[in-house]
Amino acid sequence: MSAIALPGAASARAPFWRRLSSQEMLLAVAIVGLAVIVGLVNPRFLSANNLADLLLGNAYIAVAAIGMSMVIITGNIDISVGALIGVLATLSGSLAVAGAPIAVTWLAPLVLGVAVMGLQGVIVAYVGIPAIVVTLGMLSILRGGLISVTGGKWITDLPDAFHLADIEIFGFIPMPVAIMVVATIVAAVWMRWWPLGRAIYATGGNPEAARLSGVSPHRTLVLVFMLHGFFAGIAALLFATQMRVIQSTTPSGLEFTIITASVVGGVSILGGVGTVVGSTLAAILIAEITSALVFINVSPFWTHAVQGTLILATVIADIERRRRRRAGAVR
Amino acid sequence: MSAAQDTPTPLLEVRGIEKSFPGVRALSGVSFDVRAGEAHALIGENGAGKSTLIKIMSGVFRPDSGSILVEGRETRLATPDDARRAGIATIYQELLLFPELSVAENIFLGHAPRAKGGWIDWGAMRAKAEELLASLDIDDLPADETVGALSVGNRQRVEILRALSHDARVVIMDEPTAALTEADVTRLFDIVRRLKARGVAIIYISHRLDETFAIADRVTVLRDGAYVGTRLTRETNSGELVQMMVGRRIDNMFPKTEAPIGEPVLEARDLVRRPLTKSISITVRAGEIVGLAGLVGSGRSELAQTLFGVWPAESGEIRLMGEAVTIRSPAEARARGIAYVPEDRGSQGLVRPMSVLHNLSLAALTSLTHGGFIDRAAELRLAEQAVGRFGVKMRSLDEVAGRLSGGNQQKIVLGKWLANQPKLLILDEPTRGIDVGAKAEIHRFMGELARAGVAILMISSELPEVLGMSDRVLVMREGRVVAEFDRAAATPQAVGAAMMGDTGAAEKAA
Repeated sequence: MSAIALPGAASARAPFWRRLSSQEMLLAVAIVGLAVIVGLVNPRFLSANNLADLLLGNAYIAVAAIGMSMVIITGNIDISVGALIGVLATLSGSLAVAGAPIAVTWLAPLVLGVAVMGLQGVIVAYVGIPAIVVTLGMLSILRGGLISVTGGKWITDLPDAFHLADIEIFGFIPMPVAIMVVATIVAAVWMRWWPLGRAIYATGGNPEAARLSGVSPHRTLVLVFMLHGFFAGIAALLFATQMRVIQSTTPSGLEFTIITASVVGGVSILGGVGTVVGSTLAAILIAEITSALVFINVSPFWTHAVQGTLILATVIADIERRRRRRAGAVR
Repeated sequence: MSAAQDTPTPLLEVRGIEKSFPGVRALSGVSFDVRAGEAHALIGENGAGKSTLIKIMSGVFRPDSGSILVEGRETRLATPDDARRAGIATIYQELLLFPELSVAENIFLGHAPRAKGGWIDWGAMRAKAEELLASLDIDDLPADETVGALSVGNRQRVEILRALSHDARVVIMDEPTAALTEADVTRLFDIVRRLKARGVAIIYISHRLDETFAIADRVTVLRDGAYVGTRLTRETNSGELVQMMVGRRIDNMFPKTEAPIGEPVLEARDLVRRPLTKSISITVRAGEIVGLAGLVGSGRSELAQTLFGVWPAESGEIRLMGEAVTIRSPAEARARGIAYVPEDRGSQGLVRPMSVLHNLSLAALTSLTHGGFIDRAAELRLAEQAVGRFGVKMRSLDEVAGRLSGGNQQKIVLGKWLANQPKLLILDEPTRGIDVGAKAEIHRFMGELARAGVAILMISSELPEVLGMSDRVLVMREGRVVAEFDRAAATPQAVGAAMMGDTGAAEKAA
């Protein structure tokens, strides 16, 4: 192999295009490729309306997947996020119907999201209970609690000003899409060039080495869970404000879709690897596939099967990649 | 002992074994044999090749070349199962038992006596287990006790019984007394004697010379993967064995350069952190390299981790540059100018999936951060400097660190600490498992740092490295510093004897 010693050479970095994750490139190609193929079968798929609906209706999943990706990169998982989004959406809608100031209805889910996830982070980091157990417990608490408190009633008569998702920036960019794009870019920059972002990768890649380097894995974990709660709050807000009614139950299987977006986006279930750009692209791809199934006359019940296949394929590819890397290291 | 001489054909013999791992020659031309009714001890320093050799004899590794003979017939031991069928059983340090199962179930796991229809014959299994227990006169170990409830000594006896249930004729014991109490050691020796009397051959790996003399008929010494010699224990003494183990090979591989020695950087008094740091006092001065010798388990790494705040001290005093400090976490230690290169690069030093660039800057993130963001230009400068200084071989700074060779990984772990310009550098096995060239570079670099006034505390299990690099040598045993030698007085014999706890040999050597 062409190993080179670098006496302070300026060309010590890999070319820019090499630094892009292959997963992100693959997803971008898949998104465009799928659009072209489905568009050939059914041109209506490519109509501006359909593409806008597709992005609008799924932006909240991409936003939630940002936080989920961070959690998975630290080597943890959160299965309570779907239930939490349901609770936060109901909270926000209830406040709006009760006549609370709009700012309060928008801020409340963010605050509660950070609090609930922060609490889970503390339990995972400092009590030492595996995240899957902690978040499974929280999932039951939230799901059961929500049904008990609301009795499953729908929230209607929401004030017009409440609908954040209806706002269009410059008159044509829908708010959910804008939030998805901005949140992804901010998180991506943050993950790469803020010290805490670096700590996330170090914690997931090797907690012991992180600790010995003076990075606190515990503190990092709690902060990551709090950030995840913040993004879940935004996702809940988009979810609550995009329709005229809020069902005040927890959307079933939502956590599964969010985790799928992260994993298919290239976030390694083994921790330490992945980007939020990847997870956002994957969220778009998954939404596109779901929509495409309708346009090519396949029952939408196949959606979950397709998601499952995507997850398996990505994880197998990830593990295969690691195996090859390990084999490559022995030389 | 007479059996050893009457048997012409060894039960197990290996000839001219060669085994290499990437970058490391683990065994070169090693021959060894064991006869029926004999205990043959295998000794040598850490890294001498003992573990590799027993793994070859138990079918875990295959030799690159050389032959294995079982009862005089050349045999291929491609898997542990081949070895078991050839009558070879290995009892590792980490006992491989199932804690939820009973003694009898553990002994017969995989080959339980069967009743009609393929069901396990529980009665027969129990009876056979009791028969085995009785054959070794073990009357205090119920066959239906759950293994998880047993002491380490008793678990080890279960492992031995499991070996016997397979009709093992050769039993390999890898440092069997490392975790045993005094009473358990006595009982183990009793069992070894009974096995010998039955004609079982024992291969006994140990660090402890007194045990070797107590139990072995012959002893073979390995050093740096090579065969040094075999002696009858009754015709040798500990002085000769220590000499054989450490050799006289402090050559110019260790380019120790003189550095002016200044004020104390680290002064620790009566540090205690149970269970393995027992009242340790130690001083390291600017420009000084202090070598910490001792066997694995003597508490050296634990002392390093106490100094670095991984396991903060329970009592005692630490002074840095004359100032009394408390160190409660690695982050605090780092802020005080201490750097620690841990023993196990893979699990403690390197974040394998991260790039070389990010690994190098990980310990310096605080000083690289301005206005909330990492200063990318400064980060790149730091990484390029480290890479240039050490001659790290890689494709680019963006290469995943886990892909590099061991020596290059170690250079990165070292390099990441230099960004902080530490005053005290603690190195735990800085050159273990890396190739000779990289080793020399790391040694040269230690010399440079010492000249620049850094105080260095180096833990190494390689005696030549300790003696070649250190201004002073401290020897640890069982959690205490038991001896201290100046560079001039630190002979392999004296230090080796102090490590083994053999005061007789230490006096002879001194």
